[in-house]
Amino acid sequence: MNEFSVADIDWNQALWTTAAAALSGSACALLGCYLVLRRMSMLGDAITHAILPGIAAAFWFGGTTAALPMFLGAVAVGLLTAFFTETLNRSAGVAEDAAMGVVFTSLFALGVVMIARLSAGRVDLDPDCVLYGRIEFVLNNSITWRGYEIPAAMLPLSATLAATLFFITLCWKELKIASFDPALATAMGLGAGVVHYLLMGMVAVASVAAFDAVGSVIVVAMLIVPAAAAHLLTDRLGPMLAWAVAIACISAVAGYFGAVYYNTVVAGAMAVVLGAEFALAVLLAPRHGLVSRAWHQLSLALRIVSEDVIAMLYRAEELGAGHPPLADDREIGVARAACLRAAGGGLTAWLALVRLLRRGEIARAAHRTLRLTEQGRHAAQSLVRSHRLWEAYLGEHFDLPLDHLHEPAERVEHYIGPNLQERLASELARPGVDPHGKEIPPS
Amino acid sequence: MIAYNTAVVLAGASLLGASAGLVGGFAVLRRRALLGDALAHAAFPGVCLAFFVMDRRSLPAMLAGALATGIVGVSLLVGLRRATRIKEDAAIGIVLSVFFGAGLALSRIIQNRASGGSRAGLDSYVFGSAATMRLAELAWIAIVAAVCLVVVLLLYKEFKLVAFDMGFARVQGWPAGRLDLLLMGLIAVTVVIGLPAVGAVLIAAMLILPATAARFWTDRLGKLLAISAALGAGAAALGTLISAEIDGLPTGPTIVLVGAAAFLFSALFAARRGAVSRLLAQRRFQRRLEEQRLLRELFEAIESNLSERPIVPHGNPSERGPRSAAALHRLASAGWLSIERNGYRLTEAGVERAARVVRGYRLWRLFLHEYADQIGSFGELDVEAVDERLPAEVVLSLESRLAAEGQLPQAAEA
Repeated sequence: MNEFSVADIDWNQALWTTAAAALSGSACALLGCYLVLRRMSMLGDAITHAILPGIAAAFWFGGTTAALPMFLGAVAVGLLTAFFTETLNRSAGVAEDAAMGVVFTSLFALGVVMIARLSAGRVDLDPDCVLYGRIEFVLNNSITWRGYEIPAAMLPLSATLAATLFFITLCWKELKIASFDPALATAMGLGAGVVHYLLMGMVAVASVAAFDAVGSVIVVAMLIVPAAAAHLLTDRLGPMLAWAVAIACISAVAGYFGAVYYNTVVAGAMAVVLGAEFALAVLLAPRHGLVSRAWHQLSLALRIVSEDVIAMLYRAEELGAGHPPLADDREIGVARAACLRAAGGGLTAWLALVRLLRRGEIARAAHRTLRLTEQGRHAAQSLVRSHRLWEAYLGEHFDLPLDHLHEPAERVEHYIGPNLQERLASELARPGVDPHGKEIPPS
Repeated sequence: MIAYNTAVVLAGASLLGASAGLVGGFAVLRRRALLGDALAHAAFPGVCLAFFVMDRRSLPAMLAGALATGIVGVSLLVGLRRATRIKEDAAIGIVLSVFFGAGLALSRIIQNRASGGSRAGLDSYVFGSAATMRLAELAWIAIVAAVCLVVVLLLYKEFKLVAFDMGFARVQGWPAGRLDLLLMGLIAVTVVIGLPAVGAVLIAAMLILPATAARFWTDRLGKLLAISAALGAGAAALGTLISAEIDGLPTGPTIVLVGAAAFLFSALFAARRGAVSRLLAQRRFQRRLEEQRLLRELFEAIESNLSERPIVPHGNPSERGPRSAAALHRLASAGWLSIERNGYRLTEAGVERAARVVRGYRLWRLFLHEYADQIGSFGELDVEAVDERLPAEVVLSLESRLAAEGQLPQAAEA
């Protein structure tokens, strides 16, 4: 791989290979979105495996891999997979995943055996290309159109993508309802079963078209991975479809060049790129990504812990209000260690103190102590008001002993805004003290 | 005399099939059928990686690599399901395809680098080649099979509980999570050990097929595991023999096809749950319902004059084609009625049985009228089984109400 250089790239080959992969990948990714949403990804996997005997049978009779019989045979077997799985599940009481496993492994094994027998004397179809596909050789079989040399595989692949787009546009509403609420779809008389089998038929069509070009591994990957990544990136169906197509296309391009660079199988490299894209989505997706969720959790934890600290300082001030300041006129607050303890200790507590100091809600005082600033006192006052109003409310309306009031109030205080404070206060006829006899600070 | 090589291969394949069938029983019960598939695919890059690092075919290293990436794959799968909004089905598909794709890419890189010939070691991990099994491999398989058997025997009760009711196991204080993990570990080890012989693509079938087939034959866990292990061993042995006999048949797919045949046979002909026996049972039940209907209508036609048992003319019990005719003949040959020239006459025994039928019918009718919300739980009813299906006190109160209305058949009261 050291002797690799940009000059070595056969750009014509690169263009057509990535184009073929992008076309088949887009069709699969679009349909995969519906599979993922309907939690039927594994049925997609099953169909892509199970179409093999259909392809082999058509090959047996037709003697060619790029003909209509292959298409029809494979689609028929694909639909049969969905049908057998459902029958085993409903009529024979076999669990759905086991039923799927039985059907697709059996059909796939049948296909491999058929192909192994067939390929004994021939070379254009063998068990290996079942897995890898022959996208590297897409240019070997090409047609000439207006002076341009175009791979013959482009025709069925473009037709499949067009058919997929047509199907999705035509059945947009039906697919949407059937994906998100199958019961509603049935109740509305949309015929969820019909939509289901149409979708499975389209999955079979797209798989067959892609299968010949890119092999079964990449078909499964293209069906499921872009859709799952897109599902993490957005909550809307339209953008999800667009993301899935974009992810599939990126993997087609990056996978091709990666494969050229490392001199390996294009299909495998594309699957790896898809995996990397998915990993990025898992980490960095705006709302559902791990990083953003961790960030949200951390900031919520920091807010709660900071609020606990200033509330503690406020209560300390309440108790020690009469204490005289130190002889040298410096103020004294609560020991820093005690503040950290009140914040629950650990990294979060330390971060919370830093945050409070930076925001100017607390300030350093003599002897490693901390005290509230005016701004901090104002925030703490509102918080303690929420806490005591909630205690008063619980004491008024629930039959709870006095020592059971603090705990819930400690948790709820962080979520009571000015509006709720006002409603609680007016509901309780503006109480002056909480059930423990402590003063409820004014707002 | 079987040749030495064939004996090794047969023993290995059968042991593998037996242990896959054994742990597959638990896998299917725990709804983990497809997890085995993901595991097998995820193990493939580990094999390549071990090959890459060791630079030669070393069985222990390859198995260790397979186990390592397999476990990584399954952990990622579980992590995805827990920590993100990705559902189990998509997580399985992602792990399966991405890991396997990585394995393919890696295997080609190795193929390019390595001197010719050594790639043959990798190819067999895709579709399997039992024919090249050596004694060392057989020893590994035997060890794994023995471990699986011993662990399952020792922890049979615990595994049973975990397989059927995880929550109850936890409440009972069993370390349910760890037991489940151990079960998962057995599945992983079996899958990995089977990779060289059956291949990554289809090893999952060896877990799923025998267990699912065995499920048709029995409702007991012990029997299920025994049947599943036996089926697994049989299918593996037969498949290996066939693929050795016929040139160019890969071992893995052939074993799977034999297993699929066993599954199909079980699904169709299993004693109680098979399709054929269920169809027969359904037919028997339909016949019984028709006989009961005829008896009831005959009885009701003569209810006011039971002691004389007059002939009921044709057409009074409504006859619905050949089905009713056949039912009447069966009733006649069983001695419940006699077929006269101008109608039917219940025998004395027939009157008694018909009275039971009518009693059951009226009790059911009243019950369903009273407890309309229960209709869904009963479906089509065998009216003679009313005393077994309803609590005794309900039957008593319904009976007294029927008697008060004069609806309780006289013959049944005696």
